[in-house]
Amino acid sequence: MSVRIGADVGGTFTDVVLERADGSFVSTKVLTTHQGPEQGILAGIEQLASEHGVSLSDTEQIIHGTTLATNALIERRGAHTALVTTEGFRDVIETRTEGRFEQYDLNIVLPTPLIERKDRFTVSERINARGEVLLAFDEASAHKVIDKIEARGYEAVAVGFLHSYRNAAHERRFRELLLARLPEVSVSISAEVSPQMREFERFNTVAANAYVQPLMASYLLRLQDELQRRGATCPLYLIHSGGGLVSVETAAAFPVRLVESGPAGGAIFAADLAARYGRDRVLSYDMGGTTAKIALIEDFTPQTAKTFEVARTTRFKKGSGMPISIPVIEMIEIGAGGGSIASVDTLGQIRIGPHSAGSDPGPASYDLGGEAPTVTDANVQLGRLHPSTFGASDISLSPQRATDAISAAIGDALGMDADTAAIGIAEVVDENMTNAARVHAVENGKDLAGFAMVAFGGGAPIHATRLMDKLGLDELFVPPGAGVGSAIGFLRAPFAYEAVRSLYTRTDQFDHAAVDRLLAELQDEAESFVRQGTDAELTVERQVSMRYKGQGWEIPVRLNSGQFDAFAVDGLIATFTKAYEEFFGRAIDDLAIETVSWSVRVASVLDQPPILELVSAGAVVTPDVQRPIFDSVLGDSVPSGVVDREILGIGDAVDGPAVIVEAQTTTVLGSHHRAVVQPDGSLRVTRHETSHS
Amino acid sequence: MTQADAAIARRREVQYQIMWNRLISILEEQALTLVRTAFSTSVREAGDLSAGVFDRDGRMIAQAVTGTPGHVNTMAASVPHFINDIGPERIHPGDVYLTNDPWKGTGHLHDITVTTPVFAHDSLVGFFACTAHVVDVGGRGYGPDATEVYEEGIRIPIMKWIDRGELNRDLVSIIRNNVREQDQVLGDIHGLAACNETGRRRLLDMMAEFDMDDLDELTSFIFERTHAATMLALENVPNGVYRNTMTVDGYNEPVTLAVELTVADDGMHADFAGTSALSPFGVNVPLTYAQAYYTYGMLVALAPELPNNFASLEPFRVSAPDGVILNAQDPDPVSVRHVIGHFVTDLCLGAIAQAIPDVVPAEGAGALWNFQASARSADPQKLLPPVELLMFNSGGSGARPTLDGLTATAFPSGVMTMSAEATEQIGPIVIWRKEIREDSGGPGKYRGGLGQIIEIAPSDGYLFEFSAMFDRVDNPARGRAGGGDGKAGAVYLDDGTPFASKGKQTVPADRRLILELPGGGGFGDLTERDSAAVLNDQTQGYVR
Repeated sequence: MSVRIGADVGGTFTDVVLERADGSFVSTKVLTTHQGPEQGILAGIEQLASEHGVSLSDTEQIIHGTTLATNALIERRGAHTALVTTEGFRDVIETRTEGRFEQYDLNIVLPTPLIERKDRFTVSERINARGEVLLAFDEASAHKVIDKIEARGYEAVAVGFLHSYRNAAHERRFRELLLARLPEVSVSISAEVSPQMREFERFNTVAANAYVQPLMASYLLRLQDELQRRGATCPLYLIHSGGGLVSVETAAAFPVRLVESGPAGGAIFAADLAARYGRDRVLSYDMGGTTAKIALIEDFTPQTAKTFEVARTTRFKKGSGMPISIPVIEMIEIGAGGGSIASVDTLGQIRIGPHSAGSDPGPASYDLGGEAPTVTDANVQLGRLHPSTFGASDISLSPQRATDAISAAIGDALGMDADTAAIGIAEVVDENMTNAARVHAVENGKDLAGFAMVAFGGGAPIHATRLMDKLGLDELFVPPGAGVGSAIGFLRAPFAYEAVRSLYTRTDQFDHAAVDRLLAELQDEAESFVRQGTDAELTVERQVSMRYKGQGWEIPVRLNSGQFDAFAVDGLIATFTKAYEEFFGRAIDDLAIETVSWSVRVASVLDQPPILELVSAGAVVTPDVQRPIFDSVLGDSVPSGVVDREILGIGDAVDGPAVIVEAQTTTVLGSHHRAVVQPDGSLRVTRHETSHS
Repeated sequence: MTQADAAIARRREVQYQIMWNRLISILEEQALTLVRTAFSTSVREAGDLSAGVFDRDGRMIAQAVTGTPGHVNTMAASVPHFINDIGPERIHPGDVYLTNDPWKGTGHLHDITVTTPVFAHDSLVGFFACTAHVVDVGGRGYGPDATEVYEEGIRIPIMKWIDRGELNRDLVSIIRNNVREQDQVLGDIHGLAACNETGRRRLLDMMAEFDMDDLDELTSFIFERTHAATMLALENVPNGVYRNTMTVDGYNEPVTLAVELTVADDGMHADFAGTSALSPFGVNVPLTYAQAYYTYGMLVALAPELPNNFASLEPFRVSAPDGVILNAQDPDPVSVRHVIGHFVTDLCLGAIAQAIPDVVPAEGAGALWNFQASARSADPQKLLPPVELLMFNSGGSGARPTLDGLTATAFPSGVMTMSAEATEQIGPIVIWRKEIREDSGGPGKYRGGLGQIIEIAPSDGYLFEFSAMFDRVDNPARGRAGGGDGKAGAVYLDDGTPFASKGKQTVPADRRLILELPGGGGFGDLTERDSAAVLNDQTQGYVR
């Protein structure tokens, strides 16, 4: 019987999911092997294969996502890399935005550039904003730079020239000269990696690509070889940050596109559930050990962006990381995980994170040497997590340690008992996540009313009902396999590639021919990448980012298919005006409109998941076990049911106050919540309106 | 109090903390929306805006942290003016008020402040206010050349924009007939009003969620907590009098800024006696704006974690004699009050450094080196349309007591630069160079932040006319604790023609303008600099 395998290498755990042809799946979590991440994957796969009697030669597809590229950027473990740029612009990646991401810190430390000044070189050449050559490419100055690259033995070279998104000739010429002399050097040019306007973002993106390329290319080849040696001769595909699959070759050429691919899998997991239940507006909520991530999914498609920030150095604060301009599933990430540490600030307020106890030393209640109180410890104190039902077999939960840590760090400072302090910790972390979700919605011009929530990751089901109440949402799904949601998401991803390029034009001076040409080129480019993996039918989506003249932010506008003529431009203006009104509540008459970046996404058409009918509550399960658990709405500890998720069948209902426990997480129901098991095993949680204040 | 009562009280305390954070989060959402929709470059690039929530007496309860310290106190002080000028008996549900009065708002006509009352169960519970810099207010346009505020544009006294749900169409018409970019300016005012409306609804939701009739108890909680924390922070500064003076280039003659800080048990007072006289040009600073940069400097040094509100700002008081440049009075011109105003932070930090030498950095470039120019046809026969250009650029900031200064990074302003590629898309300009200026940071145990060098030229048959507004060309940023001065700035053309750092000038079509931005001052003795840091400076080419 043929199987498909999804493998997600995270910072702490490597999740492997094996899906059978009938759609059933089994999964495992093994520790990530940082020295050689392929070892963890292979161990996980072999374990599942032997436990479930599967031969690796029966594998049809292996889909892989990894934080390896992200970690290399965070930990600065990439290649010895040079950046070659236009004369006069040597310091673009060092002077950044010239702003401070934190207004109230005299001792602010700005992130050091990925490539130091001594490793940045300039070539005499210049192209203008229209793509015309202002200053010819000076071959002699290029050769001088190549002399230095040779002498200093750089493994990788990033090339970023001004306005190369309009005219890549000079970047290509430099690569040609370089490879003619130093064929073994790995070269990335910005016109291929990220042909988007704005030099800081583009130069940084090409620098990041070059920096991680040698590492990623060798890792991917090793993994492929090892899989084949074990009989898995099927193709290996990588999931990218935009939530689609690409071949190993594409991934090795553009490894920066693998950054944040794990969380992208999570968003696809949520989108798949949204499609199954026909929910066209979904808030995807993923909470792990260190952070929480929130994404919006509309019409079963996660929101996307063309640029994002990785490796934030300060409290996940915007501006404290490095910008990467590639298509990405948009999400907000905050320092609110199970391991996030609680403390008291100078105002006597409880603060959560950004520091995390991680898995070493871990929360105090893990009794592995952690002393600081964490979100998990608060959940233990409040009875939501309990030694008898805690999933991880190698951890014996110690409520006493939780109490001691909470009292020492929070309770004593504020004159509170451990229970009250734990309530405070839980409320603050829930409020932080709620605020992040609201801000994220506002940033995207959305109102969360009417959204359904999908919760996954070890921490999310514990907090999800509280978030649902605070955000005023009426429906929550906790899908089966929530603990390994990202890896399952990998198996639901299409082959997809999004090509983006900047072409600045105005609707009152529209260059139809140039736009048509560009869109055709982008489609060819995207299609060629997708065709490396599939012969399936393809869909094409085209987008342009637009703004009123004089504004600095663009909003995405979807394009119809077909050629651009005067009529199409009128349509474009109308679509933009409508989108603008949706975002900001009002449009402005008589102002010129500008286009900045154009993109074409080509994706394989997947089989539609079967639409599931909601099952209404059948038998209400009477829990065998009860224990006292704090209820946020009643504001008190109340006897609550403890239910094992495994014993629940379709249609079974559980009424709060209760917890539903499973191997990798716990779903907490407040006194006014009811969960009903759905046909795919998802828990669907709603509120009893009568008891809701 | 019984044990149960005590438990309830402590729970309530946690709830107040939650609500306090919620208020700040609501305001930051509002600020974010304004940044995204605003037409004014300084709003979206520099965060030149503010949003706050106030109690029914007009005391600020919370404020969004934005890029502009200049709004810290100014907006906080504005709402009592609204209450007073509208008159409590004329404040009704559905009202929205506005003004751009420099002395009742945030210091110049380009900032429009919009205030909206919030009613719950028919009684007034508080106000939302927000401020943003708009594209145009008529008059001479943005620049220092007016000699009275009347020339600087239309002044809207505090009045009703919306009266009980009814838009004041007369006022809309007056504004429409007095500004250049009508749609953008009116669009931004509608945006400000919408921003308050969102805040109002979210506040009412919060009050319902937590079962509150008014904000009184929450306000007391926030003010008590903040007051205690502010006083605790002030204890780090011994009582006494601390003085400092600092001379900067000024507009047409050098300006000496002077401050005397008196630290007492109940707060800190800054007096600006000894400061140079008013300028005939619009670089004068209303006292409320000088107070903002003083307060910002003190808070960032003493209590950076404190959220801004009435109780954190109240202990920082201010005075100045009539006729000094930091105490502009109606109708003095004040259009570009930020040029001198931004130096007030370094001035006051220099005074308090005598009390807390381990906290305060050396002086930095201070004022931004903005390039604001009109591109005009070089050949008057040709009818090329004029294009307005604006670039924000920053010199180096001062070295810190334990860290080097920041290279090409703004302080105290939170301004960000724009992409050179994006700027070149907008107008006939080629930016030939925008690079670190080597050797420009003041030497010391910790090096001052480096300035930058910019070369720009008109293109496509244009020339530039611009009004230069560059400081620290004659007066470099001074080092501290034995650190050396940063390098002064310079302005010239590529053929060597020197340019004035101030005033109207022309860059011909075939020339490049070269700007060398000042570096920050150094901190401590250079001989104590870590040898690895010395070596790295040379390897990277920061120091030649």
